Amino acid sequence: MTPHSCFLVSLHLPLPLTAAAVLLAGLAAAPVARSADAAAPAPASTAPASAQRAAASAFNPAIWLILSGGYTQLQRDPASWRLAGFQTGGEIGPGSRGFGLGESELGLSASIDPRFFGSMTVALSDDEGAAVEEAYVQTTALPAGLTLKFGRFLSGLGYQNELHAHAWAFIDAPLAHQAFLGGQRREDGLQLRWLAPTELFTELGVELGRGESHPGAAREKNGAGAWTVFGHLGGDIGASQSWRAGLSLLSARPQGRESSALDAAGNEVTHAFSGRSRTWVVDGVWKWAPEGNAQSRWVSLQGEWFRRQESGTLVADSAGLASAAPYRATQSGAYLQGVWQFMPGWRAGLRGDWLRVGTVDAGANAALLASARHDPSRGSLLLDWVPSEFSRVRLQVAQDRVRAGVNDRQVMLQYQMSLGAHGAHSY
Amino acid sequence: MTKTSRWMGRRVAGLLAGATLALAPWSAAHAELRIVACEPEWAALTTELAGPLAQVYSATTAQQDPHQVQARPSLIAAVRRADLLVCTGAELDAGWLPLLQRQAGNPAIQPGRPGLFEAAAQVELLGVPARLDRADGDVHAAGNPHIQTDPRRIARVAAALARRLAEVDPAHAGDFERRHADFAQRWQTAITRWERSAAPLKGLPIVVQHQGFPYLEQWLGLRQVAALEPKPGLEPSSAHLQSVLATLQRQPARLILRAAYNDGRGSQWLAERTQLPVVVLPYTVGGSEAAKDLFGLFDDTVARLLKAVQP
Repeated sequence: MTPHSCFLVSLHLPLPLTAAAVLLAGLAAAPVARSADAAAPAPASTAPASAQRAAASAFNPAIWLILSGGYTQLQRDPASWRLAGFQTGGEIGPGSRGFGLGESELGLSASIDPRFFGSMTVALSDDEGAAVEEAYVQTTALPAGLTLKFGRFLSGLGYQNELHAHAWAFIDAPLAHQAFLGGQRREDGLQLRWLAPTELFTELGVELGRGESHPGAAREKNGAGAWTVFGHLGGDIGASQSWRAGLSLLSARPQGRESSALDAAGNEVTHAFSGRSRTWVVDGVWKWAPEGNAQSRWVSLQGEWFRRQESGTLVADSAGLASAAPYRATQSGAYLQGVWQFMPGWRAGLRGDWLRVGTVDAGANAALLASARHDPSRGSLLLDWVPSEFSRVRLQVAQDRVRAGVNDRQVMLQYQMSLGAHGAHSY
Repeated sequence: MTKTSRWMGRRVAGLLAGATLALAPWSAAHAELRIVACEPEWAALTTELAGPLAQVYSATTAQQDPHQVQARPSLIAAVRRADLLVCTGAELDAGWLPLLQRQAGNPAIQPGRPGLFEAAAQVELLGVPARLDRADGDVHAAGNPHIQTDPRRIARVAAALARRLAEVDPAHAGDFERRHADFAQRWQTAITRWERSAAPLKGLPIVVQHQGFPYLEQWLGLRQVAALEPKPGLEPSSAHLQSVLATLQRQPARLILRAAYNDGRGSQWLAERTQLPVVVLPYTVGGSEAAKDLFGLFDDTVARLLKAVQP
């Protein structure tokens, strides 16, 4: 698994654009013409009354709203929470203390025409105002198991990244996602997936994009700032069990990617990294329900392992000393979680998080970077009450050992309510 | 598993068909349809109508609540290769079918294409909510989707499905028509038989677990006194069960009905306090030993109801 021997997509401009042009040409030739037959009215005797009733609003997109908020009790000041030794980004950390309104999520989606489906999700919060979570168009008419998505979308690497936060089992992202993906990674660009015509679920995907989301960074350059390739296998074991496993590789070329850290005196400093970042992700999910009936009881096990290699230049304390030196790091992290629905509407969960600072070679900057050799870890317990498909209240208690020598007991109580269109049961 | 070998057989047949295509172009006409049914009753109906002309894969079993299914990898892989999806519609499969359609990379089964067949769109639905408000539970805007408990509606779905099969596979239109005529005749005879033997059930007061039996009630003239779910899709609460108990003291019922996939605890609780028999109906094909096909489903349904009310 040497990342340098890796294959596939050059970051230079012409290839992605050529690929996109070929795909769009394929789409134009896709046999949507037959849909004209299907659009012909059904014989009057079978015309559904419901379809006629729905006609007045038939072209309105599906609309949904997720209301979320809660209460957080943190034993330690969250201002001192840093993944020391990791170059981080995005929205990470345990959040703020006390009552709080989380992100409210507003979404719209609908078929655009016989060739395209569109969806947009906006996260609304006081901190960020309105942030575009996702705004993508997806093809529905490409042949041969191909699906092209473009716009802004949740990257398909690993397992949990592609799920919206309200569909996660736990309230917050695993530490590995916080350290290596800034919590959750979005991409502005293209995603092409191919599903093999086999009984075993076999999926390959490739993404090309702006690469602004961590571990990438905003850049002013032509071409793609990041690419991702991923593959997934999955299937059933009898009627009661199902599984999915995958391998992903993300490559980004951030320029001046800023990471907040604390210096030896506890003051906040910013480091800026430019160079190459490669992340491998191995993911696996296994689910069980008696006879496959998830109504009363089920068990779900999920885990992912991350390994990131970065090499380039780090400007330590970029706003102050601005000391530039070569930087190389190989770091890893993983989590494993299990959730058990023990009776209808009630779930309990347990999650373990581990990060390895690994090898960090910061050259002349070694003294300026936090040098405490501490591997962060965390254990979380969850109790989830789901009175209906549309409402959920969960309590999470975590023992957070992210800071060296510090135990932070975190208690989070969160509600999540879903209004409007019926939510999707993603695997 | 039989469905595995069926798919596998199709692959071999496809290879052979492809290999002989150049020599004998007509051999492609013998290619079988691959059909994914969202619920077992539609898998059984499709098998009746298409017989050896199709391989049928059922996305769910009678032991699974079709509201609760996830778009898991095996289903995506099955839909990827399907020529036709036969689903209930009316939002019964709304939580997972759209995801399967979007993730399968299969243009044939997208909304508006002949490859998507919705059974509920072929019949008149009961329980269309007068107002759409989730305060009333997991209501379905189009009406109650559990149409498979009324054999007369299944007959109408069969007619529409036979036409759709002919549209998707025109080379075998005549076969589908013949098979449908044969099925329709046997089915009509069976309906007459079920209705005759179920005559004593007319007006029978019942308690149901989920609002899943309006079509059966309408067909056999059963009278629903109460439901254990306070609202559709909400688990029976102890407070609500108490109120059901109070209702039953004023309006006695004769039995408690639930589907094979329902959690049995609520109905058991009520049965212990009221001495009413709990009748577990197969609800769909595969829901009981005897419900091996659609005929067995209704034979067994009627037999179980009659047995419960025998003096």
